[in-house]
Amino acid sequence: MSITTFIIVSLIKTALALFVLLTAVAYSVWLERKVVGRMQNRWGPTRVGPFGLLQPAADGVKFLLKEDLTPPHVYKPLYIAAPIIAVVFALTSIAVIPIGNPVTIFGLTIPLQIAPDLNIALLIILGVTSLGVYGVALSGWSSNSKYSLLGGLRASAQMISYEIALGLSLVGVLIMSGSFSLNDIVAAQTGVFWGFIPKWNIFHGQFVAFFIYLMAAYAETNRIPFDLPEAETELVAGYHTEYSAMKFAMFFMAEYANMVTVGCLATLLFLGGWSGPVFGPPLLQALLPVFWFVAKVFVFMFIYIWVRGTLPRFRYDQLMAFGWKFLLPLSIANVVVTALIVVLQQ
Amino acid sequence: MLHLTLFLVFGLVCVAGAVNLLAQRHPINSALSLVVVMGALAGEYLLLGAEFLGAVQVIVYAGAIMVLFVFVIMLLNAGEEARFGGSRVAILLGVPGLLTGGLMITWVLLKYSGTGAVPLGALPGPPKEIARLLFHEFLLPFEVTSVLVLIAIMGSVVLAAKPDQIQQSKEER
Repeated sequence: MSITTFIIVSLIKTALALFVLLTAVAYSVWLERKVVGRMQNRWGPTRVGPFGLLQPAADGVKFLLKEDLTPPHVYKPLYIAAPIIAVVFALTSIAVIPIGNPVTIFGLTIPLQIAPDLNIALLIILGVTSLGVYGVALSGWSSNSKYSLLGGLRASAQMISYEIALGLSLVGVLIMSGSFSLNDIVAAQTGVFWGFIPKWNIFHGQFVAFFIYLMAAYAETNRIPFDLPEAETELVAGYHTEYSAMKFAMFFMAEYANMVTVGCLATLLFLGGWSGPVFGPPLLQALLPVFWFVAKVFVFMFIYIWVRGTLPRFRYDQLMAFGWKFLLPLSIANVVVTALIVVLQQ
Repeated sequence: MLHLTLFLVFGLVCVAGAVNLLAQRHPINSALSLVVVMGALAGEYLLLGAEFLGAVQVIVYAGAIMVLFVFVIMLLNAGEEARFGGSRVAILLGVPGLLTGGLMITWVLLKYSGTGAVPLGALPGPPKEIARLLFHEFLLPFEVTSVLVLIAIMGSVVLAAKPDQIQQSKEER
């Protein structure tokens, strides 16, 4: 592939991925409002379009047209930079996520991911996510308001604490596949046990790791039951109290984009990626893996919403004790046991 | 060519961040400049072919350690630093010292350039190679470093804990 074709293909892929990701973000907000509504015995959005399907568009217009207030007491450079940092890093990590096997169009073999398949893709995602903390921390500090500061402090402490458990929960998967490349990790999960159970990591000895990943991911994305950084009942809105209009919407987008990334990562690492039954004509065969991938991410997002509709919020000491005294030892034990079993099987 | 250009750009960003770190008066701006330096260094590692090192640099330094720096600055609510004219000793000793150091580095670079220098993209990059180096050839230094870090952690716990808390935990035992 020549450099010009490469650049053109990459640009098209980037535009497409951004469009799909932002649409997914908008519609996961809709889905969340709808599903939580039904769980709480009400309808959720119904007015704009059929089933309220155009609600995200209406919200977007509202965010754009609202007055963009900047409180007088803020530290302006960082106050403006914080939402940008949050949303940029949230959208960046999608670049290394593959959503299917490479496809061949017009004689060009195109991998279904933006960045080249590096052996450090997983580390890039972890790095980019850990940089996203700055958006939250800086917004809390630069707003110069007590609620924002408390929210920002809570968020940074929480995200650092749970990042350790999150990272360690992935080590088991890495030991089993022997590679940081997400394509290799998915390739290591093909095949079945006893003829029908897929050989996904979640069924292949990594169930505990999946549980740790799930908990840590909820805490990383500041979702209920770990949404203390923005606990409405005590902190008004936490780190984004002083933000309005599009700046607030950027934090919102960042949160949901992070949820989508976390779902994609869970699918790739634990749920077998795009593997699933493939049949039919060539076009269907090319599309089905992508469909399976999206379906698994959807299930993960649904669990997110389900948990939100079910569980109450933790206290802060419970959150820290759970992270450091339960998840961390459990994840270290998981790493040791997995390593022992892998070595004994060789 | 593209690699060399990018390498120079990242190098410039790195130096600019470091200068800005010293020039800024507010601690949080200085801390953020340090984040930029770390990020640019990660870019340099990536260009040299040490992709694993680059990723770890971002995760550990930019993503974890610097977040803790920012966290502490936020927690202490540190304000702007006052600017002093600088002491005479610093100027009398610092400027000649800086010049000598710079000259020495330039001399070493000029004399030994081309010998054993790593060309772009030739460092041991893949995680497997690094793991082999760490756990075979450099196992002892690696373990000694981890013991050193452990000592530092224990020391900070002892320093941070209030005396009566230590007494209390002793009585509980």
